[in-house]
Parts: sequence; structure tokens; C-alpha cells
Amino acid sequence: MTPSVPTPLTARTPPLTEPSAWHEIALTVNGRAVTAQVESRLLLSDFLRDRLGLTGTHVGCEHGVCGACTALVDDEPVRTCLTLAVQCAGTEIRTVEGLTTDDAPLTSVQRAFHECHGMQCGFCTPGFLMTTTALTERPDRPDEAQVADALSGHLCRCTGYRNIRRAVCQALDERFGK
Amino acid sequence: MSHDSDPHRHGGGLIGRSVPRVEDDRLLRGQGRYVDDIALPGGVEAAFLRSPHAHARIESVDVRAALAAPGVVAVWTGEDVADLPAMLNKEELRTPPGLAELLDPVVRMTPMPLLAREKVLYVGQPVAVVFAENRYLAEDALELVEVGYAPLPVLVDPETSLSPEAPLLHEHLPDNTAVAVAARVGDPDAAFAGAHAVVSERFDAHRYVASPIETRAISAQVDPYSGRLTVWAGTQTPHRLRDAIAHTLGLAPASVHVIAADVGGGFGQKGILYVEELLVPHAARRLGRPVLWREDRNENLTASSHAREQIHHIELAADAEGHILAVRDRITVNFGAYNMTGLVVPYNSLCHLLGPYRVPHVDIDVTGVLTNTTFATPYRGAGRPETVFAMERAMDRLAVELGIAPEELRARNLVGPDEMPYATGLVDRSGSPQSYDSGDFPELLRRAVAKADVEAIRARQREGARDGRHVGVGFAMYIEATGLGPFETARIDLAPDGRVRLAIGAPSQGQGHRTSMAQIAADALGVPLGIIEVTGGDTEATPFGVGTIASRALVNAGNATHRAGRLVREKIIEAAARRLGVTADRLDLSDGVVAAKEPGGPSIGLAELAGRAPLPGVPEPTDGRHGTEISETVHFRPPGFAVASGAHAAVVEVDEHTGEVEILHYVVVHDAGNIVNPMIAEGQVTGGIAQGIGGALYEEMVYGPDGQPRTGTYMDYLVPTSSEIPDLDMDEIFTPSPMNDLGVKGLGEGGAIAPQAVLAGAVEDALRPFGVVVRRGPLSPSRVRELIRTADRP
Repeated sequence: MTPSVPTPLTARTPPLTEPSAWHEIALTVNGRAVTAQVESRLLLSDFLRDRLGLTGTHVGCEHGVCGACTALVDDEPVRTCLTLAVQCAGTEIRTVEGLTTDDAPLTSVQRAFHECHGMQCGFCTPGFLMTTTALTERPDRPDEAQVADALSGHLCRCTGYRNIRRAVCQALDERFGK
Repeated sequence: MSHDSDPHRHGGGLIGRSVPRVEDDRLLRGQGRYVDDIALPGGVEAAFLRSPHAHARIESVDVRAALAAPGVVAVWTGEDVADLPAMLNKEELRTPPGLAELLDPVVRMTPMPLLAREKVLYVGQPVAVVFAENRYLAEDALELVEVGYAPLPVLVDPETSLSPEAPLLHEHLPDNTAVAVAARVGDPDAAFAGAHAVVSERFDAHRYVASPIETRAISAQVDPYSGRLTVWAGTQTPHRLRDAIAHTLGLAPASVHVIAADVGGGFGQKGILYVEELLVPHAARRLGRPVLWREDRNENLTASSHAREQIHHIELAADAEGHILAVRDRITVNFGAYNMTGLVVPYNSLCHLLGPYRVPHVDIDVTGVLTNTTFATPYRGAGRPETVFAMERAMDRLAVELGIAPEELRARNLVGPDEMPYATGLVDRSGSPQSYDSGDFPELLRRAVAKADVEAIRARQREGARDGRHVGVGFAMYIEATGLGPFETARIDLAPDGRVRLAIGAPSQGQGHRTSMAQIAADALGVPLGIIEVTGGDTEATPFGVGTIASRALVNAGNATHRAGRLVREKIIEAAARRLGVTADRLDLSDGVVAAKEPGGPSIGLAELAGRAPLPGVPEPTDGRHGTEISETVHFRPPGFAVASGAHAAVVEVDEHTGEVEILHYVVVHDAGNIVNPMIAEGQVTGGIAQGIGGALYEEMVYGPDGQPRTGTYMDYLVPTSSEIPDLDMDEIFTPSPMNDLGVKGLGEGGAIAPQAVLAGAVEDALRPFGVVVRRGPLSPSRVRELIRTADRP
């Protein structure tokens, strides 16, 4: 049994304003069991970043368009800026930090983004990685339209997308064969 | 990657190779450290109350309820910071001495209050700031601040702002003109009078926004040990920020440490100074707690700097063969509410208007006008996409007027490679006679035309539209003066463990400096890439620096790195010679080892050479020098601009029913001199073009006549996704710049300069059956439909 992660109470944790607005949730984050007290309005993105210190999930627009905050909730890509932490009780969440461990090699998806130069400033990259990881975990290779649809949920301002498309293609080739 | 067979790979070194980026691993593991990722224990978060009015007098501010709200630490209004000087982007507003002497431009200062006290001049201007235990609580409290506004007449259109009846935005100015500059070459009036053909048009470059995915952010803390102020900032210009913070807070610059760590894109928007960047460090000192502010997307779209909006009244005079005789242009630049960067954008527009073309007579003037909109500053290309849009559109109109193919008209007017260096007769931005150092414009165009396959497009056009879908082709060319001075810094240290530390003044916002600068250093030194650690944008690591703006980092920081590397290499060899007891000329440094040139001679590794610290049991060095003293700092000062250039061609299909523009083929041929890392270079060009396509087809910051922004979210401000940006057909030529040792030119901005012009040309060509003239963007479906509806069919 994995020990539960203590919830750090940093200054950026909302103080208790209304006792009725707080909930205890238990969930799994990157394979570790987590229990936490969360305010109703706490966004999943802020929960991951401020409470758990998982700052790889980036917040770019806070209205669900840019996709930088994407994490996998029960294996589905989810915009954590449009999701409340309390909604995630009982779920299993994966963030970019959970793709591989610190000293382990990069996953094929991460490697593809590196090898194809599918990243520049790196801010949108975690979101793309999580969506692409979900694509590689499907039972069958997604078709072109499905890939295009998945990528259209992410904004990148640096790369012009060409190399991101190549990276996704390489990752899918590696998973499903060419 | 296949780049290693690239033609610009020279020698056996690392320069010219697509070395994979060393910065990626950390970022791929979610271990980037963007400003908002840095947790400062005990910190508070700031949220700004911003003006809902475009122009209003502030009559009252009541913060009592906000102050009493849960978790609120402080609430400040203009009165609370009235003791601090108003903000001026001083360096940007300074007129280069040469320019001042030759053209005597008007540049009027409009200092911006840190928080508005008497008046607000645009929607989004900071009026108050709340500091609270977290952003949720700070935003709750913002709603409790009561401000009484008395609305004033609003000016949105820059031409209206110039009319004598217009109300003044800044009462200390005689009118709403912020900047004015004019340049003349030859006798343009006579040239127009004697011309065979004259085209006269108005073209509008529309307003859009850099929109980096990481919004602006700043975090500040007083170091409890040293008492110094440490600031983490999403900025392209950390040294300028350090100096501005020091000036505003009355501190010595050396007691302010600015770190631009990971920055999630900048594109010019993070290259200027903002009031938030001064208030947050001030609050860290005054509140005695770390303070963080991260902008939200609505703030970024409405209250961070905008760009591009210009009106050109342009005229071309030509002879019967299409040779340009003269260009006249009256340019109006919408500056927004404050003059933030002075001549930068207007003068870039002025001195890039002629582009690659030979123009004997010139008459250009530019006016920067104040309006009740968010201030406008440089964005990738900084005045060049706008001016290229006007000039290339005018060239297309001249081609129609004379019945010459647009590509042929361009070819007839290009400056040839044998004419380099080429003097335009204008003055460049630093105030020296403008000169194109190198380039081969005809070759750029030749390749672009060949790739676009114009014959096939014309044949398809003759067949007629299929299902209401019309094809068209457009061309656009540009030049870009890159490598802006005055200097950039590189410091190289040989560390005691034998590793090499390189610090450069210019931070990276994704340009891959750690890799390309390490490539340059490794080649200059003769050491493996893997032992070089690169720091950029830390004001402690390099006390002097300028920043990553204006396509300047590779030229300036790159050449500083190259020179520092050569000097450190000499020092290493000298130290090794003393250590080995041989003369320096017998030694060589390669692959991180100093060894005798002849086989079987002595050698010494860098760790052994550098690590001679005077520890117990370790003999003192006989020469009195310790290895760690091997270091060099170089400030590279470019002698002039390295002029990059490019030709774009685009083939589009336009649906006359839906107004949709589909890019069938996008060609770019560019010249940025020698290339250090082709993979990174390609990435920069591609990213620039994607932003240009965004501006050409989708992105527009729209204001209502009341000065209210109507595109304040990504639901209505449309940034292109992967589905909208096609693969590019890229080619390049290499004319090394004679202005620097590496022969490099900047290329960060180039890609963004031509897309608006080339896509406008292509759409106009496609819609030729309707007699459409494209005079402004973006070419959204509704605007294309409007063009078709309102066109005069030929």
C-alpha cells in the first residue's frame, strides 16, 4: 500500500472561509494515494500545482481552450482548469511528472517530442504529452481525423505545429507500427 | 534527423549541426521552472483591479470593504504608490544620436502611473492592486473595491485622434501625436510627376497580439539573509527590468537580482517594461513577504501590449516597364494610450518599407498616435509585417495596373547580389547610413517562384473555379535588419571540476540558446558539448546585458560567446604550457584535452588543470595562479546590422460561398547567413510563419467605438491550432554576414514578416474574377464574404 501524501498547507492554500465548502477527497495521483481537504471551488489545476507541487501541469488560459493544463483523469485527457478538485474524488490522475520517474528514460512519447523538435519554450508541452500519451494507449491506432481532432484541443505559439505533428506520428508509429 | 547533410555544415565542428536540444529533458519531465512554478513559502498573490472604461476621470476610490475581506493583506490605490516615479521605458524611448541629428524626430514621453490616480486611458489600466493569501481571495476582494468614474470622450481610431477637435489623452502634450519622423531620398515629387504609372492605395494592418501561452508573470522576494531583492520574471530583458526596479524603488541596481528562468514564449510582448513588474517587487519589500503575480488570459489579451495596427497611404510611381521610380507613404501607427517604445515600431516600418527593391526616390513619414486603447509595442517583426503588407500589396496593385505578372514585377526591381553592400539612401535605426550587408534577393525569388509552380496555378485558373472554389497565388519579399546592438555579453568560466560555464545576457523564451550557444562555445574552445553549462538571463551571472528581442540573440550573444571562447581557449593553453613546462605553440586543445601537437607528447585534462585549489596537502601553484581564474567576459558590439531576407509564396483556395481560405501550399525561402543549428533555425522560421498565418487569417484584437475590447478570451480571439497551420515547403540560401565572425544573421522574427502580405496577395489573386482588392486583414470567412459581396466585378 502506497503511503498517503501529506497535503502541504502553503500560503497559497485557500484558508477556510466557509466550513461547509470544504470536502475531504481521496484519489490517486501518479500512482500515489492522496487524501486532501479541498474547498469546493478549488480547480484541479490549482490542486495539482499548489497543493501537490506538481507544477508540470501548466495553466495558460483558464477557460479550456489552450490545453496546456491537460492531465489524464481515469486515462482520459481532461482540462484541469475546467475541473474542480472535488469532482475528482476516487479517480486516478496522471500528470506529466507521472510519465516517467526522475532517473528513468523518457517514454516514447516524450522522446518523440525531443527527437522531432516538437517543442520550443516547453510551456504547452506537458498538455500535448498527456493527450498524445492517451492516443498511444488506445487499443487501436487512431486515424488521421482522430489525431487531428485531439491536437486541435491544444495551442502552441512557438513551433508552428509541424514538428508536433511529426512527434505524434512518430510516437504512434512506435506504439502501433507504421 | 537528416540535417547533418545540410550544405551549411562546415568543418568538423558542432556549428551547422542539428544538435538535439539539451533543454528538452527537464521540460519533458514537467520540471520546467516558469515563474508561477516557483513556490516561495509565506508568499502572497497579487490581483489587479483594472479600468472598465476606455477614458474616464477617477472621482473616488474606496477600498475599505476589500481590506476587510478574508485573507487580504493589503490593498493599494494610486495614492499608496504616489511616492514612486511613474514608469517610462527609458531605453526604448531614447532616440539614437545619429537619428536625432539627421532626422530630428519627435518623441514625446507619456510616463505611466503605476496605478492610475486621476484618469484612466484604456480598458485594462491598473487602478488598484490587492495582495491576499492566494489568488482566489485576492480576486474576491477586487469585487469589493469601489471606484467612481466620470467617463470622458473615447478615441479609438488613430486618424480621428489626430483631428484638431480631438480631446487630449495627455494634457501635457499639445496633441495626440507621440512620435513623428520623416525621411526623403532624391526628388520624389518630380519622380511622381514624370511617372508612366502611379498606384495610390490605403492599406490597413490590423491589430493583433503576441499571445504567448505562458501569460506574463513576476515573483519577488527580499532575501532575508542579504536583504537583497530577488525577482523571477517572465521577461525578455532582465537587465532592463533590474535597472527599472532599482530606479523606481530607489535601490542600487546591484542589490536587485532578476532571473528570467524558464519563460513560456515572449515574441516581444515580454520585451518591454510593465507597471506590474515594478509594483510586485515594491510590494515584496513593503509587505515583507514574497509576492507573486501571474496574469490571466483575459488580462493578457486586453491589458498586455498589443501590436501591428497601422494605416498606410502608399503610392508607387513606375515607368512603363515596371521599374519603380518612387515610393511615397504616409504611415499612421496606433500607439494606444501610452508611448511605450518610441521610435522602435514606426522607424522599423519606415526603414524596412523599401525591402529588397531598388527605389531611387523616397518620401515616407510616420506618425505614432495616442488613442484610448491598450498600448502597442513591438511584436515579432516589430513594424515590419505591417510595412511589408503595404509595400507588397502596392506591388501587386502596380502589377495589375501595368499588366505584368507580380513575380516578374518584383524580379525587375530587386537589388542584385553584385550590388552588396547596398546603400538605400535612408538612415538605419541606429542612425547610420542604411546598408544591406549581403544577400541574394533574385535567387530567393527564383526559388520561391519555382516551388510555387505558377504555371500550374494559372492553368487551373483558366479552367475556372471548381464548386465555387477559386485558387490563387501570392508572393511577398522582405528584408530584416537583425542583430540590433548596442552589445551583448558572454562570460565563460572554466570551473574547478573542468566543466565550462557560459553565461549570456540574453535569456531564452524557447529559442534553444542553451544548445546553440553551447555549440558555438564548444567549437571555439575545443571541448565537448556535454561539459558546457549555459545560463541566460540572470543578472548576477552577467551584470551587463540587453536581452532577447529584435532577432539579436544569436548575432550578439553568439559572437560574444565565440570571442570569449577563443580567448579562454588561449588562456587554457597558456596555463597548460606553464603546467607542462612547454611553450604554448606546441600545444593544442581539442575534445577537452590540452595535448602536445606531436605524437607522444605531454597532455593534461581540463579538470586537472582547473582543479588546483590550495587545499591542505595540495602544493601551491608555482605560478601563483589558480585554475579557476581562467575566465573571460566579452561584450560583443555589432558594427552594423546583419540583413536577413526572404521570399514567401502561397497558393490558396478560396470558397466563394463560405469565405473559407485554405492554404494549399506555403513556400518559404529564407537567408539568415550561416546557421548554427539547422533544426532550431527551422523551428524558429516555422513558428514565425504560423504566427503570421494566424494574423493573416484569424487573429484580430477588436475594439468597439466605446473603446471596449471585444476579443478578450480565446473563444473570440482566434489563435490557430494544428489544423489551421499547413506543413511548409522550406528552402534556404546562405549569404554569410560580413558584420560578425560567425557570419550569422538573426532569424527569430523573419518568418512572421511576410505571411500577411503573401496570403492577401494569394486571396486577391484567387478572387480576381470578382475584382476584389484586399486592403486589410484578417481574411476571416466573414471578411472574405464581405469582399466578394462588395467587390466591383470587372
